[in-house]
Amino acid sequence: MSDITKQSLTELVENIKNKKLSSTDVTKAFIDRSEKSEELNAYITNDFTSALEKAKKFDQKPNLDSKLPGIPMAVKDLFCTKDIKTTAGSKILNNFVPTYESTVTENIWNEGAILLGKLNCDEFAMGSSNETSFFGNVQSPIDRNLVPGGSSGGSASAVAGQLTPVTIGTDTGGSIRQPASFTGIVGLKPTYGSCSRYGIVAFASSLDQAGPMAQNVKDCALLHEVISSYDPKDSTSIDFKRNHYSKELTNNIKGKKIGIPKEYRVDGMPKEIEDLWQKGIQYVKDCGAETIDISLPNTSYALPTYYIVAPAEASSNLARYDGVKYGYRAKGENLIDMYEKTRSEGFGAEVQRRIMIGTYVLSSGYYDAYYLKAQKVRKLIKNDFDEAYKKVDAILTPSTPSSAFKIGEKTNDPVSMYLNDIFTVPVNLAGLPGISIPAGHDSKGYPLGLQIIGKAFDEQNILNIAYAMEEKINFKNKITDWWIK
Amino acid sequence: MSKKDSEYLINRKDNQYEVVIGLEVHAQVLSDSKLFSTSATKFGAEPNTQVSLVDAAFPGMLPVINEFCVKQAIKTGIGLNAKINKRSVFDRKNYFYADLPQGYQISQFKDPIVGEGKVILDMPNGQKEVGIERLHLEQDAGKSIHDLDPQNTFVDLNRSGVALMEIVSKPDLRSPDEVNAYIKKLRSIMRYLGTCDGNMQEGSLRADVNVSVRPKGSKEFGTRCEIKNVNSIKFMQMAIEYEANRQVDLIEEGKTIDQETRLFDTKKNETRSMRSKEDAHDYRYFPDPDLLPLEVSEKFIEELKNDIPELPDDKKKRFIEDFKLSPYEANILVSDIDTAKYFEEVVAKMGKNKDIKLAVNWITGELFAVLNSKGLEISQSPVSAKNFAILINLIKNGTISGKIAKTVFEIMIDGDKDPQKIVEEKGLKQQSDPKALEALIDKIINDNREKAIEYKQGKEKLFGFFVGQAMKASGGKANPQLINEILKKKL
Amino acid sequence: MSIDLKTIKHISKLSRISVDEQRAKKLAGDLNSIFDFIEKLNELKTDNVEPLTSIAETTLKLRSDEVKSKNIREQIIKNSPQDNEDYFVVPKVIE
Repeated sequence: MSDITKQSLTELVENIKNKKLSSTDVTKAFIDRSEKSEELNAYITNDFTSALEKAKKFDQKPNLDSKLPGIPMAVKDLFCTKDIKTTAGSKILNNFVPTYESTVTENIWNEGAILLGKLNCDEFAMGSSNETSFFGNVQSPIDRNLVPGGSSGGSASAVAGQLTPVTIGTDTGGSIRQPASFTGIVGLKPTYGSCSRYGIVAFASSLDQAGPMAQNVKDCALLHEVISSYDPKDSTSIDFKRNHYSKELTNNIKGKKIGIPKEYRVDGMPKEIEDLWQKGIQYVKDCGAETIDISLPNTSYALPTYYIVAPAEASSNLARYDGVKYGYRAKGENLIDMYEKTRSEGFGAEVQRRIMIGTYVLSSGYYDAYYLKAQKVRKLIKNDFDEAYKKVDAILTPSTPSSAFKIGEKTNDPVSMYLNDIFTVPVNLAGLPGISIPAGHDSKGYPLGLQIIGKAFDEQNILNIAYAMEEKINFKNKITDWWIK
Repeated sequence: MSKKDSEYLINRKDNQYEVVIGLEVHAQVLSDSKLFSTSATKFGAEPNTQVSLVDAAFPGMLPVINEFCVKQAIKTGIGLNAKINKRSVFDRKNYFYADLPQGYQISQFKDPIVGEGKVILDMPNGQKEVGIERLHLEQDAGKSIHDLDPQNTFVDLNRSGVALMEIVSKPDLRSPDEVNAYIKKLRSIMRYLGTCDGNMQEGSLRADVNVSVRPKGSKEFGTRCEIKNVNSIKFMQMAIEYEANRQVDLIEEGKTIDQETRLFDTKKNETRSMRSKEDAHDYRYFPDPDLLPLEVSEKFIEELKNDIPELPDDKKKRFIEDFKLSPYEANILVSDIDTAKYFEEVVAKMGKNKDIKLAVNWITGELFAVLNSKGLEISQSPVSAKNFAILINLIKNGTISGKIAKTVFEIMIDGDKDPQKIVEEKGLKQQSDPKALEALIDKIINDNREKAIEYKQGKEKLFGFFVGQAMKASGGKANPQLINEILKKKL
Repeated sequence: MSIDLKTIKHISKLSRISVDEQRAKKLAGDLNSIFDFIEKLNELKTDNVEPLTSIAETTLKLRSDEVKSKNIREQIIKNSPQDNEDYFVVPKVIE
């Protein structure tokens, strides 16, 4: 089968279960394509040799009852993987090899999947364009010199470019949904507490969530089903009844009430985005759902709030990278000198910027004005959603205020870069699930996404809505293989 | 310095100064595993052998709280007559140090698990109440070792993450003696509760000491200095004495006192500024987003309350009432839980016809002396409570004299021998047969006729001589009371 | 609101990241534009709002007091930058 890499995860699983394909066939195909795709710079570390070995081993004694039988998969390099270098896209972890496995990846391997390698990302997941990685920026398979979005840019690029059937990313302010939107794929940010954070390099603990990225909604549901689990090793993991998301997936959303928040119609938003949104509204109506205009009055405060909360937590979470226990260490005359040089040389500019912001907002005299204020506004933002969900079952918005931009276009203007996350950030602040699905193209032919935001723990519902819309939208990603010689 | 009316004051020319002291005691929680990780807490392990991925702050590692440590903190709070907060929050205290792997310490800042409480101290001039401001749970740091290598500092993380209770007193203490009594009282309460072993040599109990001075009679507090991490009562007392005098000298010279953190140099016996560290200290406390607020139910607290043993204050009261002990005696017996246990066991084993006063005298006298000289704790006593009780009974029922008992006790120390058997084997039983003693005394009077006459003529001092002779003749075994009686009759 | 070089130096010290004059100037510029944008929050009155301390609407779960992590010294020290089998080693700490 020549077009193995074009198959969806669901198809691959079926073909392996029916023995039409072996794990070795599939693994080889993705390795071959990955090897031809160096120009995308999607991988930081590959594990192709041992992936093939594992595939062969799987084929000798295949466990076909598992959910991801012999499926090769690359994952974002923010997940700690046992005995495989894990960098978080940073120089400071350039040589770090964990002796442990994150719960989320453990869940994946337990269902029979095989690690292909570790995917590029913004340094410590701080970025919206995958330009802050120590290992270089990632190219979008959509077009040369186009950013794939971030921070899960390598993940988005790898799925859209068919270097991996599906992948997992992490989303702190939009890091799954925005790159998914930019590259024409599906990305789900689960409810806070659905997926364990154990073994994931932390950015902002109260916002970080791992989630699936896939070619279609069904694949996304299947992978989510695998990674979502209660984990006693994570005190913020929540013990609730999890669905068989892929099995229970339905396109029947008749009678569902979908909220359309007026505050997401922001100043300067391109008409293309507005048109896309209107199309989306029509699609859900066509599916038999009802749309209701709602208000989320504090939406415009979400981004400033996020840029206090996330850097504050990050400044503390990243204090452990001090050159003492692991990772990069610069020479220093004494302990303090060593710290200051290690962290100055080991962290990139964006990470340093955010650590500084975070340190500042927590520092003596500013805590109340910034951090405490932000925690209060966060409460208001959450209240907005709580109010809205008294009237509606889900909320439909654009995923991003624009399509993908060129590499280098926004690197000198942090604020304009941050504005990219304007529609995704409120969802993280409120701890809710959100899914981005590809919904159309802009005039340049770049993908555009729509976001469906659900109630807490209501992933099934937004997956269903996405599934129903997907059918109507019938999106075709324009992948030209421009990078393959 | 004068101790008029047992007040601790510092005197200079015409001025007298009062010393105001508050303590932040760090007590290591007795638990098998650490506060937020599952590694062991045993003292004295090989370096870095009790360190988990969480303790060494590896990427992606998360804290999960130990229920037992929470219970220990609440129990201690109950022991301190304190308010237990049903909702408390863990915060991060951010600073960089080689033995602080996370770059922050998980502690409790705004909402501690235990609020205000009090302890009662027994001072020579009466009781004194010391207010407790709060008690919170926090992680201990690792250990930096500076003397193994000339260029480098070595770090051992075994202690990193061990649960500590920080017990903050109100500034109610006024002298080194009160500090001594306060620390001992805290230790006593925690040892009764089994929440902290109080072992200062192993660092299970340390304190930051806040000291300020003010003119006697003044109501306002002076500027305080915090002396960090003092690990023995003696050092605390020395540090306070030095620091209070230093502050008074500054005031007398018309200088101001800087509020600062100081270190007690145990070699030079002085405190010195740690200002170099101060600059970088802005701890940037904020709620730890890896943890949720800790909530405990009324039922949870009630169950712990039911689990609280009799504490030293109550035990003391009972000893005074039931055993007719003096407050002084009761204090000595209750202050250490093992002493109290030993005493109560002795009382139980003595049976019906017991002499508690005698037992107390022997515990605080002979037994303590032996333990002292051998450097043993009462829990390691070479004489079991059971045999100790038998010995006291032997004295009480006249089988042996107090003097002989001392000889028996000497033998008992070696291998916890049954005193009854010792008495039998060595033939140490007291001679209490009046006829035999009369014959013995008749002989002595006969042999010392002249002295007997002198005595009768009024030289009463000679009575002692006759008692001595009689005891000597009996090999020390004669019942001294009987000897007295018979002599008086015969002379 | 303006963040000056002195403030940048102070927070760089707190965060243990050394910055030279040039970087400090660049950071001051960046931070000022970011904080201009953050100041928008001042429009909101929040006096009577309870701050959100945790987004997960549940309480802290407690684990039992069991020693599960064994001696993994080799694993723990393996990744450390300076070779020593027993300890982490850092440049001398000057008190």
